[in-house]
Amino acid sequence: MASLDLLSDQGFRIDGRRPKELRKIQTKLGVFAQADGSAYIEQGNTKVLAAVYGPHEVRGGKSKVLHDKALLNCQYSMAVFSSGERKRRPRGDRKSMEMTQHLQQTFEAAILTHLYPKSQIDIFVEVLQSDGGNYCASVNAATLAVIDAGLPMKDYITACSASIVNDTPIVDINNFEESAGNLEILIAVLPKSSQIVFMEMNGKLHEDHLEKVIDMAMMGCSDVYDILDQSVRDHVSHLSSALCLNK
Amino acid sequence: MLKSKVFMLKTKKGSIMKIVREHYLRDDIWCGFLACELCSHDDEKQLPVLELSPPTSSNLCPGSHYLIPDTNVLLHQIDVIEDKSVTNVIILQTVLQEVRHRSAPCYKRIKDCIDDPGKHFYVFVNEFHKDTYVERLPGESSNDRNDRAIRISVMWYGKHLALSDDSLRVVLLTDDVANREQAKQNGIHAFSMKDYVKSLGNASDLIDKLSTDENKVIDGKPLYPEHLPLSQIQEGIKNGKYMQGTFQASRENYLEAYVNIRDEEHQVFIQGHDYVNRAIQDDLVAIEMLPEDEWTCPSSWVLEDEEEKGDEEDIKEDEIVRTSTGKKSKIPSGRVVGIIKRNWRQYCGMLQKSVLKGSNRHLFVAAERRIPKIRIETRQADVLDGQRIVVVIDSWPRTSRYPQGHFVRKLGNIGDKDTENEVLLLEHDVPHSSFSGAVLKCLPSLPWIITDDDLTHRVDVRHLPICSVDPPGCTDIDDALHCIELSNGNYQVGVHIADVSHFIRPGTAIDKEAANRGTTVYLIDKRIDMVPELLSSNLCSLRSEEDRFAFTVIWEMTKDAKILSTLFHKSIIRSKAALTYAEAQLRIDDKSMKDDVTEGLRRLNSLAKILKKIRIRNGALTLASQEVRFHIDSETHDPIDVQTKELRETNSMVEEFMLLANISVAEKILDEFPDCALLRRHPAPPASNFEPLIRVAETRGFKIDVSCGKALADSLDAANIQENPYFNTMLRILTTRCMMQAVYFCSGMCAKSDFPHYGLATPIYTHFTSPIRRYSDVIVHRLLAVAISADATYPELLDKHRSQSICNNLNYRHRMAQYAGRASVVLHTQIFFKNRILDEQGYVLFVRKNALQVLIPKYGLEGTVYLMDANQQTMFTYNEEESTQTCGDVSLHMFDPVTVQISIDSTNIQHQKLCMKLIKPVIPNFSVNPCQNITEDQPPNKKLKN
Ligand SMILES: [Zn+2]
Repeated sequence: MASLDLLSDQGFRIDGRRPKELRKIQTKLGVFAQADGSAYIEQGNTKVLAAVYGPHEVRGGKSKVLHDKALLNCQYSMAVFSSGERKRRPRGDRKSMEMTQHLQQTFEAAILTHLYPKSQIDIFVEVLQSDGGNYCASVNAATLAVIDAGLPMKDYITACSASIVNDTPIVDINNFEESAGNLEILIAVLPKSSQIVFMEMNGKLHEDHLEKVIDMAMMGCSDVYDILDQSVRDHVSHLSSALCLNK
Repeated sequence: MLKSKVFMLKTKKGSIMKIVREHYLRDDIWCGFLACELCSHDDEKQLPVLELSPPTSSNLCPGSHYLIPDTNVLLHQIDVIEDKSVTNVIILQTVLQEVRHRSAPCYKRIKDCIDDPGKHFYVFVNEFHKDTYVERLPGESSNDRNDRAIRISVMWYGKHLALSDDSLRVVLLTDDVANREQAKQNGIHAFSMKDYVKSLGNASDLIDKLSTDENKVIDGKPLYPEHLPLSQIQEGIKNGKYMQGTFQASRENYLEAYVNIRDEEHQVFIQGHDYVNRAIQDDLVAIEMLPEDEWTCPSSWVLEDEEEKGDEEDIKEDEIVRTSTGKKSKIPSGRVVGIIKRNWRQYCGMLQKSVLKGSNRHLFVAAERRIPKIRIETRQADVLDGQRIVVVIDSWPRTSRYPQGHFVRKLGNIGDKDTENEVLLLEHDVPHSSFSGAVLKCLPSLPWIITDDDLTHRVDVRHLPICSVDPPGCTDIDDALHCIELSNGNYQVGVHIADVSHFIRPGTAIDKEAANRGTTVYLIDKRIDMVPELLSSNLCSLRSEEDRFAFTVIWEMTKDAKILSTLFHKSIIRSKAALTYAEAQLRIDDKSMKDDVTEGLRRLNSLAKILKKIRIRNGALTLASQEVRFHIDSETHDPIDVQTKELRETNSMVEEFMLLANISVAEKILDEFPDCALLRRHPAPPASNFEPLIRVAETRGFKIDVSCGKALADSLDAANIQENPYFNTMLRILTTRCMMQAVYFCSGMCAKSDFPHYGLATPIYTHFTSPIRRYSDVIVHRLLAVAISADATYPELLDKHRSQSICNNLNYRHRMAQYAGRASVVLHTQIFFKNRILDEQGYVLFVRKNALQVLIPKYGLEGTVYLMDANQQTMFTYNEEESTQTCGDVSLHMFDPVTVQISIDSTNIQHQKLCMKLIKPVIPNFSVNPCQNITEDQPPNKKLKN
């Protein structure tokens, strides 16, 4: 049985993590000069780049213009070399389209788009390397990029996944666990209010376990928040010290 | 707290894939030593840990030390590792993973050791520890890398423990000489298992448990052809040169066997030492077909490997066997070229002491006839002689005539009933140890009281005239019945089943234990319970005049047994009477009894007769099988009389309602859980199964139609012979043997067309009525409870894969329980006939080439009358077409009545067997004289008592 492999009797996962541990997260804000905001994130071996443009004039026809808020335009894509097998991924494939839509929904909930009526905000996300949790890393990267762009948000949005192995919930699912296990729950939250803005479940789960797994994912989101918040603060203090030096 | 390290793995899988996996190295892994102040460890997890100063008696390594075995030591010396004197062992993760990969049964045994707090086994997760993780060097094999990883961990332990207590040592146990050398260079204490065990004081018991050295070359010329390497076998199988199948040794002749070819229905015959080539019962082997002109056939030569033979002696039996084959019809034959997978297990048996005085090498004779003798080394031969012992095989080198094995443990004296029962249970893999503390902790505390909360969730039917009807002496009563007349003239019938699922909650220790046991096993003089006695014989048993929880099925029926409505609910009942079949029958027959219970029984009886008629009209089969009952002497516990179980109307009455309840429940749970209902099906047998039946009926002028169950039932009913009233029963016994096994299955894992139960002629069936003794019924209770909202679901219940794996285990356990039950009957029959010679009336069940298979209905006993003498000479002529044996003017057909003399042949204590000799019909120079049923002498222990 494959599911036994995922968590040993000694309580370790296949990569040496304990059930409640996230993969190592590394971030960098402001990686592109030409974008209004940008960020790069590594969650374990999943590596994602996000860039934000705007607010700017609505492109592609007046019909798209929204009069009470900004038009949010998300684009999700995966690099050809992002997974084990080299594969051409046309921008409009079904999976990317779906992911694009999910990102759009997620960020509609947090960016204060009503402050910029009749304008457009673009969020571009590219997965450079994929090792599970693409959605979560994309959300987290985009959050940092939006912050880097200085766009007002209700709160950070952090995302995390969770699953369950032999009745023990595990957090931040990597690619191996994703394919060997039979369940994954993805959650994006506004950490301060603990409001869930997005949730998706793949696979089957008994009702009794649902709460445990959601709690685990929520806990993951709050851990991710601490890390993102720290990196934003580091980035800002770095910037300000750089500014001071320039004086 | 995490240190991350990325390493690359490349695998080829169709196209080239690069797989990059993360591997986190940690600094928070505890060494397992309680007094260690260097490691962080959380006390909340109560892991079994190493003792602070482990006891020691080794003169190789004086002073306290922990043991670190390598993979091969665990795999090959598990019997030593399991011994209770071996404690304080550190199991490295690398080792544990390798063991798991290489042998699932061994892994399970090690896990049991780890879980046993008395053993002080600690698993050190060395692969994730920052100081003990080892990366594979370029050009290094993964075996070498793992050996190095083990050495690094041992070194780390040595240094690490010295910081807390410099008298502590760690000892590496490895049987690999090169590894030991390397270890010594690194300053590690390393010993072979053998040296270490020998260095322990008073360890003769442990020394016997040592596995013999696999690589030890035994001098002398090879006696057997070489086995092909696995790669060559696989290639040969792919291109059709070889075939693979399971090896099935013959019971009669140790030099003959069949191999059941995988995925095909035919068998290949194997004969002789060099063609059998060290294959052992149940091994998965690769065979090569012989050219057609070398085909042979079974020699009908009964050959037992009696005398101990030296390795140097030539193997001559091959010739004897082959030349004796003669000109009989040849069958496809082959030879074993290699072993794909050994299926060795532990074997029960006895020691055959070496004829050489003072020798340590002896032979072991397994109770299972199909296992060859095994050579073991022991110094306690005198103690073990006359005892039942357990032995495992280690290897079978080409130069050794017998497989090499080692002693595991002793069971007790041969012939002692407890010992023989133990053998029987072990050989049938019946879990029979007493219930663990964790299981007993799940039991409710006494006095058990019904709370108000219970009352609100259950229907109180304590006023109903409920009674139970069971065999005499039954203490685990799972079912009770009632029947009352309603005001509208219809009947209300209730079946009340013990509410076992109320006490056995999913996921608890008691649940896991019951799921593993699967069923209660009934031996003649012993019952191995599925659940502890407090439940089986008390709280769940529906005893009379006591309040009990039940799961109830209520039907409203018309007087002609038409069901108008079905209702399920949990209830509280109070049985008014716990009756035996005989008592219930007496009540029904006694016209003067007019009480509620008796009236209810009469109504039930009349309904049951109608139900049975309907069932038989639908094509249900009435099959015959022999069930015997031993009367056991209350003092000596020896059987003093045997008889077949008598069937009364009341047996059938209870049975009808149990069937009805099972079917009603099956419909309900399938309706509610189309994907995960636990059901029971009975496949229709393939037509070819019936051939012997059709043939024998034809010789008596009857045609058996097997096109469907209904046709079969009808043609069986029509086959009656006036002068042989037992003929029909014999036909039915034969029909039973044509049937397939009924099996449990999960509805989501099986095509709907396979659901029907052939024997009962019902489209759907399950087991609901005996939850005390069958785990299937517990699951069915849970499903039904959820279906009527009386209980909550839990994840495993709705997982069809888990359900199916439960079913698979249940099917296995049931089959084994059946075999164990039969073996117990055989054992007791032998004890019964030990000092008796009886003449009994019997019938010929089968006519074989060299023997008659005879059934004695009085005892439900089957035996063989051999028609050939030891030199394969016979006075009989065998007619294969008509299945007859003729001698002079006497012809013996199938189903002919005969009189035989029954005694026990105890020339071989290992395989005592029932011996039958023909008395009637009288055949001069063959049949024996009647003995007037004398008991030769009384059992000696009885004489003493009087
Ligand atoms: Zn330590």
